[in-house]
Amino acid sequence: MTDRPSSNVSVTRSLALIALVVAVVVLAFAYTAGWLSPDRLTPAKIVNGLAPPGGPALGFRRNHAKGVCFTGTFESNGGAAALSKAQMFAPGSYPVTGRFNLATPDAKATDATVRVRGLSLRVVTQDGNEWRSAMIDAPFFPVATPQGFYALLQASGRKDDPDAMKNFIAAHPEFARFGAWATSAPWTASYAQERYNSLNSFIFTNAEGQDQVVRWSFVPEAKPEPVSPDDLKQRSPDFLASDITQRVSSAPQRWTMIVTLANPGDPTADPSKAWPDDRRKVEAGTLVVNAIEPEANGPCRDLNFDPTVLPSGIRVSDDPFPAARSAAYSVSFNRRTAEDKDYPHTPTEGVKP
Amino acid sequence: MTSSHKRFTPIQRALHWIMAICILSMLFIGVGMVSTVRPDYLTLVSIHKPLGMLILVLALIRLIVRLVRGAPPLPSDMPEPMKLAAYLSHVAFYALMFALPLLGWGMLSAADYPVVVAGIRLPSFLPHSNELHTLLWNAHRFLALCFFALIVLHIAAALFHALVRRDGVFQAMASWRKG
Repeated sequence: MTDRPSSNVSVTRSLALIALVVAVVVLAFAYTAGWLSPDRLTPAKIVNGLAPPGGPALGFRRNHAKGVCFTGTFESNGGAAALSKAQMFAPGSYPVTGRFNLATPDAKATDATVRVRGLSLRVVTQDGNEWRSAMIDAPFFPVATPQGFYALLQASGRKDDPDAMKNFIAAHPEFARFGAWATSAPWTASYAQERYNSLNSFIFTNAEGQDQVVRWSFVPEAKPEPVSPDDLKQRSPDFLASDITQRVSSAPQRWTMIVTLANPGDPTADPSKAWPDDRRKVEAGTLVVNAIEPEANGPCRDLNFDPTVLPSGIRVSDDPFPAARSAAYSVSFNRRTAEDKDYPHTPTEGVKP
Repeated sequence: MTSSHKRFTPIQRALHWIMAICILSMLFIGVGMVSTVRPDYLTLVSIHKPLGMLILVLALIRLIVRLVRGAPPLPSDMPEPMKLAAYLSHVAFYALMFALPLLGWGMLSAADYPVVVAGIRLPSFLPHSNELHTLLWNAHRFLALCFFALIVLHIAAALFHALVRRDGVFQAMASWRKG
């Protein structure tokens, strides 16, 4: 095989061919990685877009940065067992790690200034399955698509351009619904009085293999008491954490998990559209919050409440948000865990009872 | 000496080409999935994890076969630095084939994610730790890019043997002739 010395011309041609093969492979890789597509919406762009003008709060979640941890149980009543074979819907009690939080990238935000509040959960079952969910108290999402969410971040970040928000709303008419909710819905003075909604739809699969598209909500046992935003501004900057700590130390706080079943034709892919009120609802059980812990060194801090961590019996639907959230949460998690030294590892004041 | 001595055994050639497809796909899936927020993200992640485990298992089989069956000798007229480069690149390939899946599995463990691969929950073999997660995640990403660079070099070197040196090194792995 070594008896065919190559001529100079054929060597040059061969080297050119090798260079071409290498270039094609490298370019294909660069294209796949998005390095040649500056317009591609990447999870890093969304996470960057969440950062306030002064930069992100290092070591904290890039959104919903302020919160407190809790532990408790999910007391399943078996009501949703016919919808999903997930063990957490079989009658029983399952341990929960969770987090009450505010939808802000500012870890030091004053509670009264943040309109949207959230609840994150992790439920672990004995069969090794895990369910993670991150919900908010708005009844629908501000935008219909992840691209719309990025456009919202960009528009709201452009404080110097008065037309930015106007143009955004013109291009995303669904935002008006959210705007109306944000300005008119009553505020409460407690995490315990909020109803938290999945907004995204998911597919439940039962033991017979039947699929059902659902959304879910956690409805508080505590009666919501409207409080004016001006009144809330008079309270301590961390009144929500103090309140929930106080409430839970005197008695466990409860929410009922309500599963709402989509009818054929309901907008399952668009969390900015609520489903009609008459949809069938199933009570799946009760979330019981037994103990509040400050986030610093609490059990929820280093958890990523990725909404695509789902037990067998629940899977994502045609709603594009869970995938986008999972991708973005992962970037946020990778960044904040790498900034561990920047996180204040002692409980801040105000979250103490 | 038989002709099998000049070439890798059929099982070694089969393992090489199956793993070549798996690993190259894996690297493209990896850089593709972390750069998108589309629903493909979840699809790609759900391929990335079991494919990584498959590569880990194949790497183990391949290492055993290599230790048992060895490799054909390099041509005697190959310059010593080139021989050393070939040897070191093979060591690096084996190290990366084991390291990347283990780093991926380890970083998920250290992040306290449930490690579910093709519907099966794997044990988390590392404690929940931000430092450990950061270390493993950085290593996973950095070494994956190194792996891609090494593969590009490997392809260039293989073609150099095939087209320029014509010394039989390429045929030792590439030829499908019997024997």
